[in-house]
Amino acid sequence: MKPIRITTAHQSITFSRRMLMLGGAQAAIGGLLIGRLGWLAVAQNEKYQLLSESNRVQLIPVPPRRGWLIDRNGKPIAINKASFRVDIIPQQLDKGRDIVPEVAKLLQLEPDEVDRIRKELATSHGFRPVSVGDNVPYEQYAAITVRLPDLPGVAASQGFTRFYPGGPTVGQLVGYVGAASTAEYERENKNPLLLVPGVKIGKEGLEQTLEQTLRGQPGGQRVEVTARGKLVKELDPKPDISGGTVQLTIDSDLHEYAARRIGDQSASVVVIDVKTGDILAMPSMPSFDPNNFSDGISQAEWKMLSGDDHLPLLDKTVESLYPSGSTIKPSMAMALLNAGIDRHQRVNCTGSYPLGNHVFHCDKRHGPVDMDAAVVHSCDIYFYEMCRRAGVEKLAPLVRSMGFGEKFDLPFDNQRYGTIPDAEWMMRKYHREWQTYDTINMSIGQGMVLINPMQLAVMASRLATGMRVVPRLLKSKPVVPQTHLAVDQDHLDFIRKAMWGVVDHGTAAAAKFPIDGIQMAGKTGTAQTHNLSASERGNYTAANWKLRDHSLFMGFVPFDNPRYAAGTIVEHGGFGAAVAAPLIRDTLLFLFDKQKALANLDAFEQGLGGTLEERIARKTAAWRSSNGLPPLPKQA
Amino acid sequence: MITSAIIPRPLARLPWRLIFLIVAIAGFGLIVLYSAAGGSIRPWAMKQAIVFLGFLGIAIGMSWMSEATIKSIAFPLYGVTLIMLIGVEALGFVSKGAQRWLDLGPIRLQPSEFMKPAIVLTLARFYELVPAGEIRKWRAIWPAVALLGVPAFLILVQPDLGTCIMVMLCGITVMFLAGIPLWIFLAPAGAIAVAAPFVYSMMHGYQRKRIDIFLDPESDPLGAGYHISQSKIAIGSGGVWGKGFLHGSQSHLDYLPEGHTDFVFATMAEEWGLVGGVLLIFAFAMVIRWGMKVSAHSKSRFAQLTAAGLSATIFFYVSINLMMVTGLAPVVGVPLPLVSFGGSAVMTVMLCLGLLMALERQQRSRSNPLS
Repeated sequence: MKPIRITTAHQSITFSRRMLMLGGAQAAIGGLLIGRLGWLAVAQNEKYQLLSESNRVQLIPVPPRRGWLIDRNGKPIAINKASFRVDIIPQQLDKGRDIVPEVAKLLQLEPDEVDRIRKELATSHGFRPVSVGDNVPYEQYAAITVRLPDLPGVAASQGFTRFYPGGPTVGQLVGYVGAASTAEYERENKNPLLLVPGVKIGKEGLEQTLEQTLRGQPGGQRVEVTARGKLVKELDPKPDISGGTVQLTIDSDLHEYAARRIGDQSASVVVIDVKTGDILAMPSMPSFDPNNFSDGISQAEWKMLSGDDHLPLLDKTVESLYPSGSTIKPSMAMALLNAGIDRHQRVNCTGSYPLGNHVFHCDKRHGPVDMDAAVVHSCDIYFYEMCRRAGVEKLAPLVRSMGFGEKFDLPFDNQRYGTIPDAEWMMRKYHREWQTYDTINMSIGQGMVLINPMQLAVMASRLATGMRVVPRLLKSKPVVPQTHLAVDQDHLDFIRKAMWGVVDHGTAAAAKFPIDGIQMAGKTGTAQTHNLSASERGNYTAANWKLRDHSLFMGFVPFDNPRYAAGTIVEHGGFGAAVAAPLIRDTLLFLFDKQKALANLDAFEQGLGGTLEERIARKTAAWRSSNGLPPLPKQA
Repeated sequence: MITSAIIPRPLARLPWRLIFLIVAIAGFGLIVLYSAAGGSIRPWAMKQAIVFLGFLGIAIGMSWMSEATIKSIAFPLYGVTLIMLIGVEALGFVSKGAQRWLDLGPIRLQPSEFMKPAIVLTLARFYELVPAGEIRKWRAIWPAVALLGVPAFLILVQPDLGTCIMVMLCGITVMFLAGIPLWIFLAPAGAIAVAAPFVYSMMHGYQRKRIDIFLDPESDPLGAGYHISQSKIAIGSGGVWGKGFLHGSQSHLDYLPEGHTDFVFATMAEEWGLVGGVLLIFAFAMVIRWGMKVSAHSKSRFAQLTAAGLSATIFFYVSINLMMVTGLAPVVGVPLPLVSFGGSAVMTVMLCLGLLMALERQQRSRSNPLS
């Protein structure tokens, strides 16, 4: 390129041109800035106004009062008790003065509590209180209040803690409440209410599943605060709305009675009003005392509960599955009748039943038995033979319609539903053909057959009425209209008569209803969990508790006009007639004659060595001493 | 300009329109500072008013300087400022800490501020000396690069990235207007555009994070992005008409950091809205346009380049600050002249305006010697 000769004139043209470019660039940037301002202030105005408001106004949530749980008669199951609490408000603390030791001394706090308070103080925002103690005893609360002028930053106030009058008897039903964990806080999109000291949310059971109804709407003190958390002024407060009361179908007296009557067994009982399907009682024992949880449970207590082989942390009524054992027999007999088996035809019980190269047993030699005798005396051989003749495909649908494996709409997470197997199920689940020995196992409620106590009680209700009784727990839910089961009235009458025979002169004859004119019908069951030898079965004290059979009973009263049905499964309780049947007898008796039932309970508890509370206290003390922990202080 | 018989001639010959504009801008700034202090003339508005009036007087006084005088002080001013910059650096080295100013008894002198007009004057003087035919030659370029590069480097290591960028941009503007080949500007710009992704990929985690935060301040609203986030909230929540005088919650509740200095525009926009913001931008645009016109009407090459460079200085002040507070540029610490609290920016801008007024007076008297 030839170098251009640049003159002064040339230079001035360049200058003017570049001035234009510069001016244009400046104007463009000016336009860009105005456009940007317009974008921020007009198009995005709403978004930024919200952000600015959320900067300016902070809500100090006032926790709503948690809704009550009441029983069918309005008796409280879960309520709120006024309590005293102490908080520290970091912003009001004197700088350079460590107040924590003084407060800790007044409230007699444990060292790990002091550590927690220090940690929370270090990370907390200026105006947000840090909880020092919930449910502080009155003496300590009073000690703090008289010293308040000397303790700047410490606030003593009255709040509420959850109170369950039923204590450990309702533990599994209601669950418990506690302070929200980090995960729960995150799951609720960082709901600020969950950070407020003293706010408890449902963690298990009904407290958890009914959380949204029980919680209510938080109110709040709206305050204008600076970026450094300094309070500028208080704005109008927002009132809180208390949580809703939830009425259950539970009869809390009956529930508590059944829970106590379970004694030291690991068991659960379900009682149903067959007219409506209302669940009147569903204790699962042993349990925990939810009152202890609502103040925060100690690590030792948690360890004790989770290490217990009687599973106090599991709601056995709906979360545990067991073989149904012989309690399946009335339903199975009904299915046999439906399949065309003649109830008068006899099977000769020799005590053993060979099939292929295996021999199935009966617990006795019953001799020739018809259907009535097979139910009343619980003869296994009869059912082996008759079920083999009828075949699984004809039996399974009817047995299933009695409630086995059925899903109920109950407010519990983690419900398990059980199984009645058939050929199709076997192929799907285990990829094998159905074999005759599967029918044999199923005929007496063993093998793949699984049921939970809720379903056991539903089965009793359906056998009692011939109607499709559906359980309900919440009064607010409509009663499910009952439809007829696909059974003949004649068959039903026969089966009910056989069940009456069980209690009148059969396996449960020892559990007769002690009221004239009211008779109970039912069926015992003994579900094998391990293959014990006959001699071990005869002498349970020799067998390990864990290896013993489950003891089952289901039944209804009155026999001639059924009103209440119940089922129980006593884990490793042994023979069904010995433990489960009297438990149901006493529980149902409570509905007809409280005095008599309570007298029975007294006698029963004396035999165990004290009331439920005394036994729990003893058990706790024994556990603590064997784990090297100091005994608990005496409660005032 | 007011040409009335009643007003004495020296007064009447002042560029009243410009003076009115800058008094209006500064007055508005004082109102904003009054609000930023929670409705008080202390601690900012009063002090700022005194500083402003003082420098306004100096600027008006400077308007009687002749072009020849300005020309003659160009190189000495540059030299003295450069020595002071080195002095500051040495002092910082001795006291083992960042140092930006010289403590001269009652006043604290920040030499990097003087460098903004000084670099404009020096480069204008330099290009005036370069013969027209030499302008595309290498020897018209490297001395300017050196004159610009040395002080820019000294300011960068202070460290004061904002002022460094300002000085660079002012110098580059003068070089651009002087007519050196376009590729000198385009090539580095192109190179930066091409290299940026590579540089980004080779950066350390924390360096990359800074850039990410600038591009998306909400990703770190409580950390480094806090300033930009809160500034955008203040401007955006103001809307068209603003929240009203003394009703800006962002600034009054301290959510907006530096609400009286670098982020004073956000304080203003929150209370006066888009309307206040646009009016302020137009006022600055008119001041800059006035300066650019002085340049366009200048007869001498020195006056042309100086006037344009000084106008550009004011332009860069305003635009970098506004881009920063509206989230279009990273936070580099450039105040909004005449509005932000602090004497240095006022001083620099008033020096620029004083020089511009002097150049304007020259061309007026030359073009119309009788008036």
